Amino acid sequence: MKALGMILGGKRGAMDLLVIAALIFVVFPLGLDIFRLNLVGKYLTFAYCAVGLVMLWGYGGILSLGQGVFFGIGGYCMAMFLKLEASDPISTAHQTTPGIPDFMDWNQVTQLPIFWEPFHSFIFTLLAIVAIPALVAYIIGVSMFKRRVSGVYFSIITQAIAAIVTILVVGQQGFTGGINGITDLKTLHGWNINTDFAKYVLYFVNGVLLLLSIVLSKLVLSTKLGRLLLALRDKEDRVRFSGYDVANFKVFVFCLAAVISAIGGAMFTLQVGFMSPSIIGIVPSIEMVIFAAIGGRMSLVGAIYGALLVNYGKTAFSESFPTLWLFFMGLLFIGVVMVFPDGLSGLYKTHVEPRLRQILRKQGKKTVSSKTSIEKAGA
Amino acid sequence: MDGYSLSDLFSIVVMQGFSGLSLFSVLLLMALGLAIIFGQMGVINMAHGEFMTIGAYTIYLTSKFTESYLPSFMPYYFIAAILASFVIAFGAGYLLEFLLIRHLYKRPLDTLLATWGLSLILQQVFRSAFGAREVSATLPDWLMGSWKPTPSIDIPLNGLFVMAMSILVTGLVGLFLFKSKWGLKVRATTQNRIMAGAVGINTKMVDRVTFAIGCGIAGVAGACFTTIASTGPTSGSLYIVDTFLVVVFGGTASLFGTIASAFSIAQAQSILTFFLTNAMGKVVTLLTIIAILMMRPEGLLRSKVRR
Amino acid sequence: MSLNSSRHGSSAGARKLKQLLVKSVLAGVVANGLFAVTSSQAASHIAVTDKEVVVGQLHSSTGTMAISETGAIEAEQLAISQINAMGGVLGRKIRVIQEDGASDWPTFAEKAKKLLESDHVAAIFGCWTSASRKAVLPVLERDNGLLYYPTFYEGLEQSKNVVYTGQEATQQVFAGLDWVAKTKNAKTFYLIGSDYIWPRTTMKLARKYIETVLHGKIVGEEYAALGSTEFGSTINKIRLKKPDVIYAAVVGGSNVSWFKQLKAAGINGKNQTLLTLSVTEDEAKGIGGENLVGFYSAMKYFESLNTPENKKFVSQFHAKWGANAPIGDVTQAAYEGPWLWKKAVEMAGSFDTDKVVKAEESGTITFQAPEGLIYLEPNHHLKTKLRIGEWEANGQAKIVYTSDYIMPNPYPKGY
Repeated sequence: MKALGMILGGKRGAMDLLVIAALIFVVFPLGLDIFRLNLVGKYLTFAYCAVGLVMLWGYGGILSLGQGVFFGIGGYCMAMFLKLEASDPISTAHQTTPGIPDFMDWNQVTQLPIFWEPFHSFIFTLLAIVAIPALVAYIIGVSMFKRRVSGVYFSIITQAIAAIVTILVVGQQGFTGGINGITDLKTLHGWNINTDFAKYVLYFVNGVLLLLSIVLSKLVLSTKLGRLLLALRDKEDRVRFSGYDVANFKVFVFCLAAVISAIGGAMFTLQVGFMSPSIIGIVPSIEMVIFAAIGGRMSLVGAIYGALLVNYGKTAFSESFPTLWLFFMGLLFIGVVMVFPDGLSGLYKTHVEPRLRQILRKQGKKTVSSKTSIEKAGA
Repeated sequence: MDGYSLSDLFSIVVMQGFSGLSLFSVLLLMALGLAIIFGQMGVINMAHGEFMTIGAYTIYLTSKFTESYLPSFMPYYFIAAILASFVIAFGAGYLLEFLLIRHLYKRPLDTLLATWGLSLILQQVFRSAFGAREVSATLPDWLMGSWKPTPSIDIPLNGLFVMAMSILVTGLVGLFLFKSKWGLKVRATTQNRIMAGAVGINTKMVDRVTFAIGCGIAGVAGACFTTIASTGPTSGSLYIVDTFLVVVFGGTASLFGTIASAFSIAQAQSILTFFLTNAMGKVVTLLTIIAILMMRPEGLLRSKVRR
Repeated sequence: MSLNSSRHGSSAGARKLKQLLVKSVLAGVVANGLFAVTSSQAASHIAVTDKEVVVGQLHSSTGTMAISETGAIEAEQLAISQINAMGGVLGRKIRVIQEDGASDWPTFAEKAKKLLESDHVAAIFGCWTSASRKAVLPVLERDNGLLYYPTFYEGLEQSKNVVYTGQEATQQVFAGLDWVAKTKNAKTFYLIGSDYIWPRTTMKLARKYIETVLHGKIVGEEYAALGSTEFGSTINKIRLKKPDVIYAAVVGGSNVSWFKQLKAAGINGKNQTLLTLSVTEDEAKGIGGENLVGFYSAMKYFESLNTPENKKFVSQFHAKWGANAPIGDVTQAAYEGPWLWKKAVEMAGSFDTDKVVKAEESGTITFQAPEGLIYLEPNHHLKTKLRIGEWEANGQAKIVYTSDYIMPNPYPKGY
């Protein structure tokens, strides 16, 4: 139990986790109708990428601007499985070639491409969601980090890769659904994913997986590897001179971030009901970085708040000012970078926490408030 | 290729060669501004495309102005408008560096986020100011149409113009960087900022002017592209991907890398597009770029600066 | 959540808290499950009072598609304000909730869901690209909403919940090809489009029609990557093949590059017949009329249409949105949406989706639109005419041919 406490980052870390868990599992489901809750679920899928980026960028010092690619791999793998299930010969009977996805038929593809075949299997799909991004990240990571490519140059290359992948996906529409994406997904093993009940279940699964990825990340950070990551972010040469192969650590954390993002992508497909190339390119990849930056790039839990806040802002601004909301978003980004470089978690640490502590200390003497009981429980 | 006469084939080869060169000059002009800012300062300017749009709208406004007030000046306004677009984009870049970028030099990745926010704002500014629809400047007649050296060869005049501008701008940048006193200061600052400061170079001013020049060149590029492409609030975002590819592929630290990269991407794409289809040509080019980047992540020409 | 029982696992407070949490989560799920049931029933309870009915408008006012969708937004708002000035629908004024799809398909789905599930709108006027419609479609079918979709599109679709006020592919393709084959004596065709579903499907129809009905020959078929701005090599290939007709469906920013580069390569209306499916007055404004002179577009509507209804519409549109606002095919089709919805609602005597759909499918709804009398067919598409316009330097098209009425046929046999 003591070890668990250490992993979670002591009393404080555990409390942070508990608060976000309460928010995700109690406050939102109680306070929001299913439409808004489903939206929150969608926002939380982006939080996976932000969590991955906190590990990669905050702790590893490597900024990838191509996380959308991994999000996309996860999302497309899941979408391929669901699409095959939705394209049984009976419901596609009016097509020239029944039994293949509708967009293939529109594009004069007459046979299911070979790389689609394994996605008939759910087990394979689940494995692919984890294995393919890991493999892709490994290849990119090895070829970059072994040659000591880093810093801004690494960022810009990953960005180029995101751009190229988008163009390829959009261009190969007979195999990928092109600009439309893979749409009209219906069931998972016969279970309708579009009912309100399914949306609830998926929301909770999504929340649990997200918190598990944070716990997993904390686990990684609590090992020697975590400390080495921090060390190499600050003084890479010293770590190298101490005899460690720096590139391997970087490759590992890059793969980890990729896998976490891909799980988010798969959950995105399940909750939104389709997969689109518009969320794998440069723009969404940068947005994911912004979630991490706004949450505070060193804070795993902050990443969730960042994703929630920015996406909520986007929804709220665009609902109130459908033609001018880009102004607000732009200002928000610039503002965070210029004024609050450590994001929400920095703000919390410098402004809220000291005051909170004062209040708690005063109140703790008088009565046992609900806050302190949570703190106790968390400890 | 049966059924075509030899002279037909010859004409096509000539025109195809020209179209490759023309694409090369387009890519080079696009990437030059970004390459300077990134290569010399390590700053990624995500609003590069929007600075190109500033140039394009400058052309549009100047053409409207000339049409209503100085109709006799119409054949020549384009040259003046290009100068204007450099000045305006330069000014905007200068201001941007002063307000935003200079606070972020120690955090290069943050500039990326801030300029991204800026690009969102600029797009909305264009939309609010000029409307969401595309606009079209009236181009002088000498720019549109073709030059016919033989009856079966047509060389597009706008392509020639972009090529000339591209050579001119690259030449000026080369002169500026390698022959002028300013260039010496810029290179000194790139190689060793502290030492450069110590020998009395005002590195802050060098940064500001370098950044502004990069933006100004983006403005010129956007202005030139009104002859071959669209002018709208999001036109700049059409170029940004190609621009980044050229810069990354070139290996960011040298002007020659950018030139080599623009040339090889343009030739590959142009030839492949001719023999495959337009979309497939692009796909094969991009896959090749990825493969080469995996083998040579630092781009075609490596930086000689130790980092 | 095992951390509840971590170090002070035995503490009573923690146990209580845990129980509380579990209980409240369960309560939340159950309660919301109930709410959800009532709310999805409420989705068919449309937001309508004795004075007012709410509709949604869902287009991109930001992002790359804002260029095209602005006209549709303006036309729908014009139609709605005119309907309100006439007393509204079933005695209720129409209130519009405008949402921004931001040129992003998941956002379109999200906003459609919001309009239907939170605002309970009676109908949505919106979407432009096929991708956005495909993203919205499952939402419409789940929540039983209504969409009026204004763009000419590829067909292969007929949803109970959508009325397609633009032409489907067969309406736009066949009559135009007939015209060009007859008047220009065209035998060889070069097909070029942007690389996505609409041009691909359209070209598939065109190829079959040219080869089997017109007995012509396709000398080249080519697709340009979306957003591509470089057509030099493609133009050289066309020059080598010397087709009688270039048949084009290039869209977006690529469209401008394509026509500017054609002109610069010396290919113009004087020496080459070009028929395009993707240039309306909106695009002409961005391309520049001088770059289009002599080329032809196949559309159901052109701003220059010389009828009293159209002249009235054009002057009203310009009065509201400025004299320079171009009116393209899609803009006019978007204008038809609210009017057709009004007719269907009045025929049904109710805002209820199922009743409105039944009225739409009756096959008796007609409307005197700017383009002329249109018929809403039971297959949710319009029976309209096709027109060929020849572009002039001022960005307007001269109508050189008008077809008979063409029945919509979204699932053509044999293609």
